[in-house]
Amino acid sequence: MRFRRYLPVFIGALLIVGFQVALSAAGATYYMTQITMSAYYALVVIGLCLLMGYAGQVSLGHAGFFSIGGYTSAVLTTCNLIAWRDAPLVAWCRSLGLVFERQDLYGATILSFSPWPAFLAALVLTGLIAFLIGLPVLRLKGHYLAMATLGFGLIIYRVVLGARLFGQSDGISSVPPFPLIAGLQVNGRSAFRVQNYYIAWAVVMAAMVLAISLVNSRVGRALRSIHQNEEAAHSLGIDTYRYKLATFVLSAIFAATGGALLTHYNGSIGPGEVTVMKSVRYVAIVAVGGMASLWGALAMGILLNFLSLRGVFGTYDDVVFGAILIAMMLFAPQGLLRVPRLRLLSSLLSRRSHG
Amino acid sequence: MRVRFLGILGVLVLGLAVVLSGYAKSAEAPPPIKVGAIFAITGPASYLGAPEEKTATMFVEKINAAGGIGGRKIQLIVKDSAAKAENAISFAKQLIEEDKVLAIIGPSTSGESMQIKNICQEGKTILLSCAAAEDIVNPVASYVFKTPQKDSDAVRMIFKAMKAREITKVGVIASNDGFGDAGRKQLDKIAPESGITIVISEAYDKAATDLTDILTKVKGREVQAVINWSIVPAQSLIAKNMKQIGLDVPLFQSHGFGNIKYAQQAGEAANGTLFPCGRLLVADVLPDDHPQKGLLMEYKKDYESRYKEDVSTFGGHAYDALLILTQAIKKAGGPDPEKVREAIENTKNLVGTAGIFNFSPQDHNGLTIDAFEWLTVKDGKFAVARGESRAGGEKRE
Amino acid sequence: MDLTQIVQYCLSGITIGSVYAIVAIGFNIIYNATGIINFAQGEFLIVGAMTAVSLYQVVPLPVAILLAVLITTLLGGLVELVFIRRVRDASVLQLIVITIGLSIVIREAMLHIWDEKVRSLPYFTGTSVSTVSLLGAHISPQVIWVLGVSAVVVTALTLFFRFTLTGRAMRACADDRMAARLCGTNDRWMVTLSFMLSAGIGALAGCVISPVTQTQYDMGAPLAIKGFTVAILGGLGNSIAAVAAGLLLGLLEVFMVSQFQVAYKEAVAIVVLLLVLVFRPHGLFTRREIGALRAS
Repeated sequence: MRFRRYLPVFIGALLIVGFQVALSAAGATYYMTQITMSAYYALVVIGLCLLMGYAGQVSLGHAGFFSIGGYTSAVLTTCNLIAWRDAPLVAWCRSLGLVFERQDLYGATILSFSPWPAFLAALVLTGLIAFLIGLPVLRLKGHYLAMATLGFGLIIYRVVLGARLFGQSDGISSVPPFPLIAGLQVNGRSAFRVQNYYIAWAVVMAAMVLAISLVNSRVGRALRSIHQNEEAAHSLGIDTYRYKLATFVLSAIFAATGGALLTHYNGSIGPGEVTVMKSVRYVAIVAVGGMASLWGALAMGILLNFLSLRGVFGTYDDVVFGAILIAMMLFAPQGLLRVPRLRLLSSLLSRRSHG
Repeated sequence: MRVRFLGILGVLVLGLAVVLSGYAKSAEAPPPIKVGAIFAITGPASYLGAPEEKTATMFVEKINAAGGIGGRKIQLIVKDSAAKAENAISFAKQLIEEDKVLAIIGPSTSGESMQIKNICQEGKTILLSCAAAEDIVNPVASYVFKTPQKDSDAVRMIFKAMKAREITKVGVIASNDGFGDAGRKQLDKIAPESGITIVISEAYDKAATDLTDILTKVKGREVQAVINWSIVPAQSLIAKNMKQIGLDVPLFQSHGFGNIKYAQQAGEAANGTLFPCGRLLVADVLPDDHPQKGLLMEYKKDYESRYKEDVSTFGGHAYDALLILTQAIKKAGGPDPEKVREAIENTKNLVGTAGIFNFSPQDHNGLTIDAFEWLTVKDGKFAVARGESRAGGEKRE
Repeated sequence: MDLTQIVQYCLSGITIGSVYAIVAIGFNIIYNATGIINFAQGEFLIVGAMTAVSLYQVVPLPVAILLAVLITTLLGGLVELVFIRRVRDASVLQLIVITIGLSIVIREAMLHIWDEKVRSLPYFTGTSVSTVSLLGAHISPQVIWVLGVSAVVVTALTLFFRFTLTGRAMRACADDRMAARLCGTNDRWMVTLSFMLSAGIGALAGCVISPVTQTQYDMGAPLAIKGFTVAILGGLGNSIAAVAAGLLLGLLEVFMVSQFQVAYKEAVAIVVLLLVLVFRPHGLFTRREIGALRAS
């Protein structure tokens, strides 16, 4: 019984492998670059789908969480502590292997954090900030919640744009690759392309498995009841506030994972990742994919980001997302796959019968 | 379940067929020389990218009309990054790995350039950036070059002119983008050795709509002059706001002022502004025997007649990039990346719009303080500032 | 800081504050009639200004402005008819998302119609160097225009809502749409009218600030953000409070500039927004019950 709900994961895995084999055979592996980047952006979308589709809370500032993850990783792995080499705290970190010496791209020796502790710090920090922001903000409803999340995204933008630590307008470049385990590393260079394709997809599939099990658990049912009618759910004894907060933090951590890994993949991050347009894009993708459809959101996330990164939309890049938002809300507020004519496609992808 | 599986498989096969057919079509006949370009044609840096794209297209068409280089036409592949770094990164990888371009012109902004610098270096693809940050060529990466003039030279020119006017206390305001940040850094660095004191230094938002409050703050510090360092259209506000609040001190601008529209926007208030800039803006008043005159007049004429808008120095950076590249291809005898790269590094005395380029393995910018002319605004037009001590003559590194 | 400087700062703050206030009033009109927060409000200012700049090339300035306001008003009505009216029983999320989508599409349309260059209307009186003296401080005469027009707009709107039949009908719709309908008001038309009115005053505001701030196709979004910060600060739906809130925010920003790094100026509005949302979402000047009624 339970196996059935994870079936799409196996099908997805097959598709992924199949795609890679086909691309390699055709000598067209460079498409993997955009697919890998899109996969990391899709992590944000999955988390946002949980938040918007299942818990029913809007967030216009999720690019902020993505960026907190990315910038934290970037700052920690590119900082240079060599001047403080022998300070007690730094020496202790060195002994633990948290901090190590390496050659930067121009041959100078610098002392910075190794990627794993930086990554974990990024996730913890993002989770913490999401918790602190969520506490006051999730008490708001409707427009006010939307504005508050928008405001949060804007604050992160201003911080990142203004502080020398975050590279101000130019962002942080020269971010080193992220060695995961046993020879696998998150690295944007072409030699590592196939490897990184699989790494990205592995992370995404893990996130999907987590999300699916969440949605089908008691927590997921509680979330759905909150989405339907918060007061009714509350009256049934569900601690709506706690569930909303937990989902908010979880979605933030998903976003931060995407941010940190993409930063290592690209080797850089800039304030362009925190703009309002980015947050709006994530919302558009969740809307188009189906507010409460994880697979739909994932598929749309990959597709739209892939096309956008390849420049298919040309100078109309932003308009496409704007038009999608309008069209979705006018014609298919529950997502594309729920529109009657596309029901067949939807039933191909999921088991649930739709009422 | 089986139906579902077959259905998905069917969609996949279909998708693959589309992808592979596209790939098959791209097998080609006698190859043109592929050059990539990443410009911020739309979006927040469009005042940079739009003229750059127009210039690049015009330049390539002209070269192809004359038969190309060594009989091979140039194929310019332009991508609009809309000043988004992730797009720049993705396009750079596309251009390097899929289109296998010889070189990439652009990007338009410093942020994007810094983020693709390593990608181009590792991909052994020549990058000729149109962005101004010194970090792009310092530290030097063998495949990465930039065409705009050095900020430090502009700063030195400004300070020299100030000293001649016995100005010692200045206020600095700059936009909060890469250009402004880099400029302020240089100003802070060079001020002490020039005997100038910067009593106040502030960054305003690049989308600012009113600067009277910042200028009021500057006015309160009793400065003898104001330096504005930005490339965004908001800088026209400065001249206007200064006059409106009664801050009657000289205004010095950076070479980011290099578009007549900025002066026009500021109307009367712009008259008397002093700034260093490339000679493109005053091409018609250059003496006929000036080495740059011919090139500048030609570019100006072609651009203005084709696009019906005034030239700006920003478009000129793209012109220079393509000029440097095509000259190097000719010298190297063909589009071999390593040979062309070396040819660029050994380019000497190449007349461009921004100045006369002299590259070397340590200098991937090629311009010195002589590239700048000391300009002012008179009756709404750019003019050479007569009677000012020109910083020309000595070569500064 | 001497008195002259303080006055100078205050005038700066009040100028920009009144612009925020006008944008906020535009929000409030639509919010009152429909409960929607129109993220595309900022774009109306820019469309109005751009249209006026283009028309100015063929007709005298006052005519250009008048026509621009009319055209934008019609655009506002069109937007409502085509997009908003269709959305029945829409959730808040849907409405937010539609108006965000609209702001993006309108902005791109402006880019393609007018290109990326900065434009501005000429100063209504004087030139870019004219300056008048007010209480010891120096300002451009255009600033007086901005303040004057804002005051006139606010007064006119107050009178409109209080004393004309249409105005009162709109207020009735805002209070209780069903009841208003039962009394014979055409509530659908009231919604369209609210969009038209918002667009019109937005266009007028855009024209009058154009000489001061210059106009570029993408200036709508930042203005909208400041505008709804002010609207929320005053209390959503309360237009008089929006004026006070606008002036307050303007003065606050200027105060930040005078005391701290200018770089923090932009963060002020956002921090204010977040603080208000967290501690007093119904706004500074609105009583809690009214705020709660409005939000439901």
